[in-house]
Order: sequence, then C-alpha cells, then structure tokens
Amino acid sequence: MSHKTPLTRSDIEDFLFAEAELLNTWRLPEWLALFTGDGVYYVPSTDVAPMASPENNLFYIADDHFRLSERVKRLMKRTAHVEFPRSKTMRLVSNVRILAQSEDSLSASAAFITYRTKDAVTDTYFGTHYYQFARDDAGLKIREKRSMLASDGLRAQCRISIII
Amino acid sequence: MPHAIGPAVKIDTARGTFNVARRNFVDPGILQAEHDRIFDHCWLYLGHESELREPGAFLTRAVGGRNLLFTRDNQGKLNAMLNACPHRGAQVCRERSGVAKTFQCFYHGWVFGTNGALRGLPGADAYQPDFQQRPETQMTHVPRLECFRGFVFVNFDRDAVSLEDYLGNAKEYLELVADHSEAGMAIVGGTQEYAIRANWKLLAENSFDGYHAATNHATYLDYLKSTTGGLVPIALSGTGRALGNGHGVVEYKAPWGRPIAQWIPAWGEEGKARVDAIYQKLVERHGEARAERIAHSNRNLVIFPNLVVNDIMAVTVRTFYPKAPDLMAVNGWALAPQGEHADDRQARLYNFLEFLGPGGFATPDDIEALEQCQAGFSNMREAPWNDISRGMGRQTPAYDDEAQTRSFWTEWNRRLFGDQA
Repeated sequence: MSHKTPLTRSDIEDFLFAEAELLNTWRLPEWLALFTGDGVYYVPSTDVAPMASPENNLFYIADDHFRLSERVKRLMKRTAHVEFPRSKTMRLVSNVRILAQSEDSLSASAAFITYRTKDAVTDTYFGTHYYQFARDDAGLKIREKRSMLASDGLRAQCRISIII
Repeated sequence: MPHAIGPAVKIDTARGTFNVARRNFVDPGILQAEHDRIFDHCWLYLGHESELREPGAFLTRAVGGRNLLFTRDNQGKLNAMLNACPHRGAQVCRERSGVAKTFQCFYHGWVFGTNGALRGLPGADAYQPDFQQRPETQMTHVPRLECFRGFVFVNFDRDAVSLEDYLGNAKEYLELVADHSEAGMAIVGGTQEYAIRANWKLLAENSFDGYHAATNHATYLDYLKSTTGGLVPIALSGTGRALGNGHGVVEYKAPWGRPIAQWIPAWGEEGKARVDAIYQKLVERHGEARAERIAHSNRNLVIFPNLVVNDIMAVTVRTFYPKAPDLMAVNGWALAPQGEHADDRQARLYNFLEFLGPGGFATPDDIEALEQCQAGFSNMREAPWNDISRGMGRQTPAYDDEAQTRSFWTEWNRRLFGDQA
C-alpha cells in the first residue's frame, strides 16, 4: 500500500460541503454514491445513549445500505407524498474536526443546521454528524453517518423526511 | 359545554351516510370541551410497567395536559403523582427518568419519598409539629391508577368506572399482544417524540384506517416488494370491528414479516427455524387457533381516546395529545418480548423503522396527509363535512371499511354532547 498523506480539516470540509450541496439540490443518487457498498446512515432517538446501537434501541432512522438505497429511491418518487412537492433545504456544516485517521480510515465530526421549507413553514434540524470514512487511493467513502439531533425529539420539526 | 352551531356528527342510515363536521377539528371551544369531557374522565395510558423495573425507578411524562411523575416506590408499588411541589408548585422532579431514593424540590428543599410522602423540609421547627404529616403537604397522587396486562393507565376522575370495565371488548386485543411471550413484554429503549400540525383526532382515525394504505403508502408497498426474497403471498384482507366505548380495531392478514411469528424469505433459514420455534411455543401455551391468531393476524387497535397499540410488522404503542386544535404531540414506543433473540429483535426494530415513526417510509406520508386535511378544513364554511360511511350496512365490515372510525366518533359525540346529539 502506498503511503498516503494525512488528510487535513479542509479536505474533510471540502467533502462535507460537496455532500451538503448534493443534498440541497436533491441529487440523492449521487449522494448515495458517497457511501461504501455497506455504508449506513443513523438518526438515533434523542433519549438513548450517544453511541447506542440500533439493534436494540428504537431510532428515528437506522438504514443499512439496502434500506438507505431504498430511502433514496423512495424520495425520488412523486408518491413520497411528504416530499411532494419537494421541500427546499439548506444545510450548514461547521465545527469540523478530524477525530482519528489511519491509512485506510478516518473519523470526523461536524456540527450541522439543516433548514427544510415546505408550504411556507421552515423546520430546523441541528446537532452533530459523526462520520466514519473508508479511505483508499480513490478518496473517501462514508462507511457510517450518524446524525445526532441536539433537540428534544422532533417535537418542533414533526418529521424527518429528508436526509439531514 | 360547547354551544352546538349545528350537529357535530350527522348520521343518515337510510342514505347510508355518517358525516363528521370539520369544525370539530378546528374549533377552540371543541378542544376545551374535549379536555373537560374526554381527557378529564377517560382512562389514559401512562406507560408500561416494564419501564420501571426496580424500586426507586421513575420517569416523568405529560399525560392529559398534566406533568406526571411515575414511580416504582421502595415497596415496589407503582405511583402516579402530579409533578408539583405541595409547597409552592415547582416541578419536583426535573429529570426524564432514572432511579432515586428520594426527590428533593430544588426551590426550598422539601424532600419526598418515592411514593410522594414528605420526608423532611429545611427549618421544620418553623411549622406546627404535625405539619409534615398533613395530607396537603404530601405530593398529590393521580386519583386513579390501574393496570391491565402490563399497560398502566390513569384517570383524573375519581368516580370513573374501573379500567377493565372501560376497556371492555378492547381487553381481548391487549391480551393478544401481552400473550406474545411467556417471558412478558417490555418497552424497547428509545422514544420517538414528534408532532403533527393537525388535530389529534385525525391520528386516531388514521391509526386504524385500512383504506388509505394503497395510495398513501404506495412507496412502502413498493419497498416491501423489493426486499430480499420478496414477501409471503398473502393479500391484505380482514375485518373491522367497533368495540364499544369508542374503541375499535381492524384485524387482517398482510404480506409482511412478523417476528411473532410470520416468516419472510428475507430472514433466511435460521430465521425460519426461530420463527417456527416461537410458533410452536405459542401453540403449546394457547392452542392452535389462538396461536394462529397471535402469529399471523395483524391488529390496529385504538383505545378511546388516544392510545394506539398496533400489532403489525412490529408492535407500536402510541399516544397523542392536542396542544392546540391544529397541533398534536405524539409519542411512539416499540413493545417487544423480553429476552427475544438478538436477530429477531433487530428484525423487529428494522421492521418498525421501515414503516413507523417520523423517519420511516410510511408515517411521514401519514403526517403529510393529516396536515393536508387540516389545511383543507380552512374551507369548512363552504365545505363542512367529512365522510366516514365506508362499509355502512355491511354485515361484517372489512378491514378497509370505517366501522371502527364510526365507533370512535359515536363515543366522542356522546361524551361531548350527551343526549342532545
């Protein structure tokens, strides 16, 4: 294996800003391609321990790769009624930190605010994304994205029908 | 007593129609009447006994417009108390859940036992000697607390009928859930807490509405078809039943997997062996007919006014309370057999999330439908009526008829307007 230069925070920021852009513009199949073939996406409920497992705790979202690809498929349909007509969304990503990295993996966290507007109502999602990346010569792929809401449940937002 | 501006519910048996006034979903006077005549007198679900396992375990929860402190005291007894200090009213317990020996009000330092009895207060000698023993210096208990098969209910009406009498025919369906496992049922960690910008009664209607699945949940049904190995070849079919006292249920066969105990190819051969073993145990304990019913029938149950127990691809327990005529707060929990195999537990929770909850593949479309109804009700002056006539006059209502919904509204109407309805 070739020796790779350690990645910097701005490398990760570039990745996360590009990811946000794909989601903001509803290019969800391209967003899905940012994941490894076994990549997962979690949004835990807000009354469980921080790194709780979805195998024995009730989450809001616990998508293995198959379910995540089905989520994307669903959201691209007109019959995903909650997102028809599609909401307008804006994602702000900040406080990016690399937590650990090796030759073939990297973990990072980032604060997020995601705005979703539909029918003139704007909902705000906020918290911390935790990423586990796989790294190879082609670059980074997401192995796990865990979005931890900093709100008390979804009392204010009602639903989590978009990828935050 | 709300002033009736016209009937709230209109029934015409000759024409086979049952109509509900859209005003019932928007009028603040109706909401106030619902608090006075429904939530202050009906049995309301507080929690499941599995949530408080050890002496001193507690949780705080909003029920019927009150903030309650639900405890298992050091004698092991369940208590439901109004979470307000008898001294000056501050909430005594400010934590969501935990285990405690005592509760101390942080305002002036009064200390209460896990059963709400006053244990001490700073500067006790400034009061009369019997002050600490007086009833009015203890935390106030909810007037009634009763349990049925692990489901704990409260009633703010001291004179209400017993819980069992209130549940009536609905008991049968809670028992079918409680009988899933000889080890007992327990709430899984993690609460789905969300809201819907719509009137609370719309979620009662929606929770046992079999009619909306094909269109509202088209993408969920698409998803089921694409899961590994597909589904078992069982068509959606079944019956709806009005249970009296406003309760209702739909019971039906469906093509999805049920960890109790309907296998789907996606669970593989190992999963099949486990499901077969669960089924065999059910037969041993309950006989073939009841085992078949527990394992292979789905049930969406609404206990009036606002408890949903859906025994479907997973078991969900759900409550919803009005915050305003056009806003409700929803809590959702997963109920599962204690000591279930880890793979079955995982399949259960994934089943749950695929359909249920504010991030699922189905519930968000329900939320959208209910909010669109609420928006449509802005037109109620010119377009005043909802129709829930489906299946009227049928001997045995189908699972996608609306007999169970008419049961809800008949009781609602009786409680709000009594004999004048």
